[in-house]
Amino acid sequence: MTNDPTRPLLAVRDLGVSFTRKGAPDVRAVDGVSFDVSPGQTVGLVGESGSGKSVTSLAVMGLLPRRNVRVDGRVIFDDDDLLTLPRERMRDIRGRDMAMVFQDPMTSLNPVVPIGVQVTEVIERHQQLSGDAADKAAAELLDRVGIPDPTRRLREYPHQLSGGMRQRALIAMALACRPRLLIADEPTTALDVTIQAQILELLKELVHDSGAALIMITHDLGVVAGLCDTVHVMYSGRVVEGAQRRELFARPRHPYTGGLLASVPRLDAARGTPLHPIPGSPTDVLAWPSGCAFAPRCHHRVDACTDGPPPLENIGGRSLRCVNPLPTTEEVPA
Amino acid sequence: MSLSQVEAATESDQVEQPVGNLRQAAWRRLRRDPVAITGFVLIAMFIVVAVLAPLIAPYDPRDTPGAGTITPTNIPGPSAEHWFGLDEQGRDELSRVIYGARQSLLVGVVAMLLGMAGGMVLGVLAGAFGRWVDSVVMRIVDIMLSIPGLLMAIAIAAVLGRSLTSVMIAIAAVNVPIFARLLRGQMMSQRESDYVLAARSLGVRRRSIVLSHVLPNSMSPVIVQATLTLATAIIEAAALSFLGLGGADPAVPEWGRMLASTQRYLASAPHLALFPGLAIMVAALGFTLIGERLREALDPKYRR
Amino acid sequence: MLKFVVRRLLMLVPILIGLSALLFAWLRALPGGPAVALLGERATPESIARVEELYGLNEPWYVQYGRYLSNAVQFDFGNSTRTNRPVTEEMARTFPATFELALAALILAIGIGIPLGYLAARHYGRWLDNMSVTGSLLGVAIPVFFLAYILKYVFAVRLGWFPTQGRQDPRMDAEHPTGMYVLDGLLTGNLDASWDALMHLVLPALALGSIPLAIIVRITRASVLDVVHEDYVRTAEAKGLWERTITRRHVLRNALLPVVTVVGLQAGLLFSGAILTETVFAFDGVGRFVAEAISNRDYAVLQGFILVIAVLYVVINLLVDVSYGLIDPRVRVR
Repeated sequence: MTNDPTRPLLAVRDLGVSFTRKGAPDVRAVDGVSFDVSPGQTVGLVGESGSGKSVTSLAVMGLLPRRNVRVDGRVIFDDDDLLTLPRERMRDIRGRDMAMVFQDPMTSLNPVVPIGVQVTEVIERHQQLSGDAADKAAAELLDRVGIPDPTRRLREYPHQLSGGMRQRALIAMALACRPRLLIADEPTTALDVTIQAQILELLKELVHDSGAALIMITHDLGVVAGLCDTVHVMYSGRVVEGAQRRELFARPRHPYTGGLLASVPRLDAARGTPLHPIPGSPTDVLAWPSGCAFAPRCHHRVDACTDGPPPLENIGGRSLRCVNPLPTTEEVPA
Repeated sequence: MSLSQVEAATESDQVEQPVGNLRQAAWRRLRRDPVAITGFVLIAMFIVVAVLAPLIAPYDPRDTPGAGTITPTNIPGPSAEHWFGLDEQGRDELSRVIYGARQSLLVGVVAMLLGMAGGMVLGVLAGAFGRWVDSVVMRIVDIMLSIPGLLMAIAIAAVLGRSLTSVMIAIAAVNVPIFARLLRGQMMSQRESDYVLAARSLGVRRRSIVLSHVLPNSMSPVIVQATLTLATAIIEAAALSFLGLGGADPAVPEWGRMLASTQRYLASAPHLALFPGLAIMVAALGFTLIGERLREALDPKYRR
Repeated sequence: MLKFVVRRLLMLVPILIGLSALLFAWLRALPGGPAVALLGERATPESIARVEELYGLNEPWYVQYGRYLSNAVQFDFGNSTRTNRPVTEEMARTFPATFELALAALILAIGIGIPLGYLAARHYGRWLDNMSVTGSLLGVAIPVFFLAYILKYVFAVRLGWFPTQGRQDPRMDAEHPTGMYVLDGLLTGNLDASWDALMHLVLPALALGSIPLAIIVRITRASVLDVVHEDYVRTAEAKGLWERTITRRHVLRNALLPVVTVVGLQAGLLFSGAILTETVFAFDGVGRFVAEAISNRDYAVLQGFILVIAVLYVVINLLVDVSYGLIDPRVRVR
């Protein structure tokens, strides 16, 4: 289920998002982001907080606020450019053809509405089901995401459920109408470590069973490693490297990707091998127009890095935005 | 990271700043805020008029220059000689409104200060000692708050007799439980905060923690409340005076009483209601505007 | 839920005891001592003796307090010094009028305040929002009795749209079984009387409702602004729900929770607020009676009315607390 040769389900082309504010310069949160998602494919969008990965996903879903936000580029889904689609058409697509699971299950459920209503409302909205039929469908959904005693749970309120159960309920809502694309935005970050693995496993299984494509947004390379077919690494609003997962993990070319991999602890490393954190913090960025944003933290920096914006180049199935990439032969420092 | 998270992040950066900086930042914000500036202008006008009343007022507020010209059906309105017209006894309305500002400002400020002082004593007692002191104080506060403010002011003013002092005390008493609850709540949340725990673990004495950390950090909402209380105190004083519970001397102009005595002449001489009414409103509005903007400037939660 | 109500009821006990103690102390503090204060200028040795017996003024204070309590519980507050009728009788006469007025004021305040606050939030920063923010600031700063004057002068004296004072045209031949004139007209089939009473109600209700209106607008606006940024509203958007479903089920149901509290607090204040409004409109209710009692130093009336209005305020607040538990499932469980 790697690169589908047929036309992609979702094609993001040159997507940009700017936050505008009166009396302040625009903030370019996302710039020139392009990637494809084929039917059934799992794509990872990896980056630190502030890298623009969540904003990208909200832009795809059409969920960015309309005020003080400017979105440009194209988001092609089923031959339609979602960015120019009338709002009511977009409402028909959301929840039915594409759905989203958010980061924090504690705040993503309406506290004063029973779980059951929150599940059935999406079924009633997009499928010609109502009343008992919708209730039955909702109970089946909860059962499928592994919530025990679903008929009782449907009557309960979010605060009566644990964090993991809530995230399962949110996944049930997202998958209720069998969407062809699911976007999961850091779905496990807010959960206990022991629950994280369960939720990931559940997502993996459900996505596989339903044949939906998945965009997994995460800062955690570990999540990507076990799940994704293709990975795009974002830094400061742009994709800096994108490749097949194996390719990327085995031979990172962008120093940032290399740094991320080096900073992940590995079980197969020899005892006492030090981790290699990336120096500095994501706020030490250069504005893209004046050079590579990662340059201030890059150990592989050369003078050319700050001469201007590095272009995104395509080299053998891999996209790369770097003037001085890591050598292909270099092993992952471990 | 969604937009709102971005905003939250930038805002929390500001929260982390020490109190002094936060206050300075609030002050800078207020100075550029047109609404707050409007409030400052209104209050400045009010205070200048009150303080300089003898210099500004064209007539003595007790004189009756128009005594010969008025009848109950003919009370002259604004003219070149009497800008706000004459009142029902032939006195110059403008001068009376100007002198009324003195009473209003005096009652408002004293009542607010008394109320805040009383409330702070109770609040600090409850907030600093906790346990049974807290329960006793807060039960008293609950009981005081269970009487609607105006009713309590009426009751107290009735007991104390007709004088400006009793009006001040009555209104102060209404505000005591409000300040007490506010300050206690603030101190309770400050006591739980990390920096107090840190100070405690370093062995700093309780009294010194309360005085040098908890109290100063709890004061922002108290300052806001004090500003807003000035507005309500002015309105409540006018209400008491309107109901006949004002100062003892009816010849001393009070805005509330002026409104009450004009009731019969509303149809023939609406100016008698208009000017004192506007005066109360301008004074109250000035303090309200500043209080609201101060609240927004000091509390990042209100910023949007 | 029952436990919650019972606990709230128990919390009422110390407050009521404290309240009665305060009023008891207040009676003792009145100028000239309680007997003279309660009798006014007509105090004769015989009448003083009668009052002293009624309140047991020669006995120890705790006996007096006990007697005061038992009298209060039996609704015995003595006689008005002005009308020389039992205070309780005067209450029965005036309370329906003020209840009717307060209800009208509350309906106006809620009926205008909630939609206006919602619309203001939805048009955040635009003219409707600015107008309603300005209006609500003015509404708080304007003294109720001055607003009443303005309304009376403009709409009654000048334009003649509404009557200037009273509760009903005295020439109207109407029966009053309940004392609420609008309802009376409906009950007795006298629709003209009902209409006339309603017209008499409009201006006083507007004046009395101005402060609750201003506060409801502000709270609703602030609350809606908070809620629309909540994660669960974004979840609802991601489901592609109709806008009206999102508004009703996800925005309003949460945004109105704090509004309920405020409405309750304000409703409790209407009876005391009526003192000012009813005076201006010569509206024959509790407020006007209390205002007259103040100028006549009719302390028997004052103490009885203050106690009843304060108890009413406490009870309304309790009802609000309990109803809050009904609306918000998170409170119910505690």
